[in-house]
Amino acid sequence: MGTGIKPKHQRLVLLVIALVALVGAGLLAAWALRNQANYFYLPSEIVAEAPAPDEAVRLGGMVEMGSINTAEDGVTVRFIVGDGDARVPVSFTGIVPALFVEGSGVVAEGSLAADGTFIATNLLAKHDENYMPRELEGMTTEEVRAEIEATLE
Amino acid sequence: MIAEFGLVALWLAAALAGLQLFAGFMGLREGGEGIAVLARPAALVQALLCGVSFFTLLWLFARTDLSVALVASNSHSAKPLIFKLSGAWGNHEGSMLLWVTVMALAGGLIAFIERRLPEKTMLATLGAQAFVALGFYAFLLFSSNPFERLAVAPVEGNGLNPLLQDIGLAFHPPTLYFGYVGLSVAFSFVVGALLTRQVTPDFARVMRPWVLGAWCLLTIGITAGSYWAYYELGWGGWWFWDPVENASLMPWLAATALLHSVSVLAARDALRAWTVMLGVVAFSMSMVGTFLVRSGILTSVHAFAVDPERGSFILALLALNIGGALAIFATRAGTVAEGERFSVFSREGALVINNVALSAILGIVLLGTLYPLLTEAFDVRVSVGPPYFNPVGAIFLFPMLIVLAIGPILRWRGDSFARIRMPVLVLGGLLLVAMVALWAITGIGILPLLGLALALVVAVGSILPLRGRSVRRLPVAVWGMVIAHFGVAVTLFGMASDTAFQQERLVAANIGDVVEVGPWTAQLEAVSPVAGPNWTAIEARLSLRYEGQEVAEANPQARSFWSPPTETSEVALTTRWNGQLYTALGNQAEDGRWQLRLWWKPFVTWIWYGGLLIALGGALALVGRVVGDIRRRVAGRKIVDRKADEAAIAAGSGS
Repeated sequence: MGTGIKPKHQRLVLLVIALVALVGAGLLAAWALRNQANYFYLPSEIVAEAPAPDEAVRLGGMVEMGSINTAEDGVTVRFIVGDGDARVPVSFTGIVPALFVEGSGVVAEGSLAADGTFIATNLLAKHDENYMPRELEGMTTEEVRAEIEATLE
Repeated sequence: MIAEFGLVALWLAAALAGLQLFAGFMGLREGGEGIAVLARPAALVQALLCGVSFFTLLWLFARTDLSVALVASNSHSAKPLIFKLSGAWGNHEGSMLLWVTVMALAGGLIAFIERRLPEKTMLATLGAQAFVALGFYAFLLFSSNPFERLAVAPVEGNGLNPLLQDIGLAFHPPTLYFGYVGLSVAFSFVVGALLTRQVTPDFARVMRPWVLGAWCLLTIGITAGSYWAYYELGWGGWWFWDPVENASLMPWLAATALLHSVSVLAARDALRAWTVMLGVVAFSMSMVGTFLVRSGILTSVHAFAVDPERGSFILALLALNIGGALAIFATRAGTVAEGERFSVFSREGALVINNVALSAILGIVLLGTLYPLLTEAFDVRVSVGPPYFNPVGAIFLFPMLIVLAIGPILRWRGDSFARIRMPVLVLGGLLLVAMVALWAITGIGILPLLGLALALVVAVGSILPLRGRSVRRLPVAVWGMVIAHFGVAVTLFGMASDTAFQQERLVAANIGDVVEVGPWTAQLEAVSPVAGPNWTAIEARLSLRYEGQEVAEANPQARSFWSPPTETSEVALTTRWNGQLYTALGNQAEDGRWQLRLWWKPFVTWIWYGGLLIALGGALALVGRVVGDIRRRVAGRKIVDRKADEAAIAAGSGS
């Protein structure tokens, strides 16, 4: 193999292979990103425009005061996430993060079930030690949204 | 006084970097030799001053001097000494000082020992090193001064994020930084070689130990970081495709490609322009990593402060260094002559495929990491995770692994298929049989299935270069390659087997309840409070049985630190040769039951054993190359001596 091709062409062959592979990688990545990226929703957005039931998305908002309930099995937690406009019931089976408390921000990863409950596979609470949950009352929707976006991630 | 002493040392070091840059630049011009001789001493003294400055910071942290802002906001007098010291670099300012110090030490080292390259190339290299360093000095002194004083010293410090109060922190950042900075040295060599048009095999031989060293340390840093996240975060995963993990993976991918192409340049004088390009890319990726982590643009445990000013500063440095290097590359690439030619079917050809695949994976990781930033500009918030990275990366990883299995037995320049038909057929057969057998017996997903089968093929392929050679007389560097490639197989096996076969149980248990997971049964014996130096915890006691045999006890904890007030989950790991049982304790439900999470992770530890093998292989190759260089140098000197002797004898007998 290779003996039939001139040395100059050998170099060209490698260059073409390299270019095709790299451009292919770029196109593939762009295509996959459009399909596999995990979109972020606020409660009012997920209520207005529900994602497909099997689509993995993230829901971020404030855990409503007094809404955290532990189910009979001891490991499933149900709570409500809100942003002042809409409220979404969330169900999570697992060990909740230490900073997951009522009245603070949370990001739930999972998907929206047909009945409107968000089934979370993972909960992320703010890691930052300097983070302070603030009251959301008396703020406009825009302010609440800005507040949530500022405290999440 | 001590803090000011450290700051003065840092300023002096920065001034010397300026001198080094000037001297290196003058060295490139005619008649600048008088100043150029200062470049090497400037690099040496600079290393000393930076060392002094860093030790000053360690001293301040050891004594918990609360009048220094950095100590007050990151330390606490009640912390164990080891965490006081590691806390010195567990924050933004301290870690940047560590970066600059390591860079100065590396610069001092090349100034002291490196004499193989033409002096002009060395001066240009030292000048480039000083240029990069100056940017970081400016960053430290103007926007992240670690020695800043407080007007009024607080009574007690803020403490360190408990997640960071771990022995992992003492070693994880320094190893990664040493790796990043090693790539900065490679970058300086590249710029020096380009400026003086000396892209030669000699240049490759001088650069190779630095690439190898940086690569080994990055490998260790990533391996340690992965294990640390695995046991400290309590989520049971070993890789999350977190932007910060990607920030360390990208320089590693570039360094892996560079390491292979630099070998081609050193051995065969081919791939010149490509090697130079990779040298620029590898250090760019280190800087992109630093930018992503330190700018606060992405938040995680690693982002210490959200500070747009710092982000802009690093972005400006990044643009300046990379833009400058690319501009030099663009103007000089034409003068880099075409190297030796080779056939597609040759060792070089296989290494080109390795390089292309690694670059493709690098591009995929880079795009996936930056995509959320890109969409945020259009007000769409997304996150990119395993559903993107795993399959898309695998499309390039798996073909590369096949080439890895046969590449090392190919000959340089050109080879014929007939010569290697036997091993290729054996490996191909092995792959097919393994895939069919795994599919029939286990029915696991396509990615872990391919992973397991390829792990077997790579393991066999990696030891093929030993075939027909005397094991005793094999060069150390070849052993390094064999061990590193075998390590890839071990890591891949661990990843695939954990993904395919891990089992998880999540329960709420009363005292005395028994939980079964895989071959394990765990009985919750007791839950009791315990206390440490700066924390209290609830600890569970589980007695474990493996296939009915009583083997061990596991004690997972839920820990509460009081300064700063934080709770962490300390998992219990029970290690066997064939995997780990991972136990985490959750909250107590209202009815008194305790949440327990147990994972049986078959062969998960092989991921990190493999990582260490890869690093060991790199270290062996480094030692082999350095020893070889020294031997060659000694032999060269002997020849010169003998010639001088002969000349003297001839002159003596002639008179």
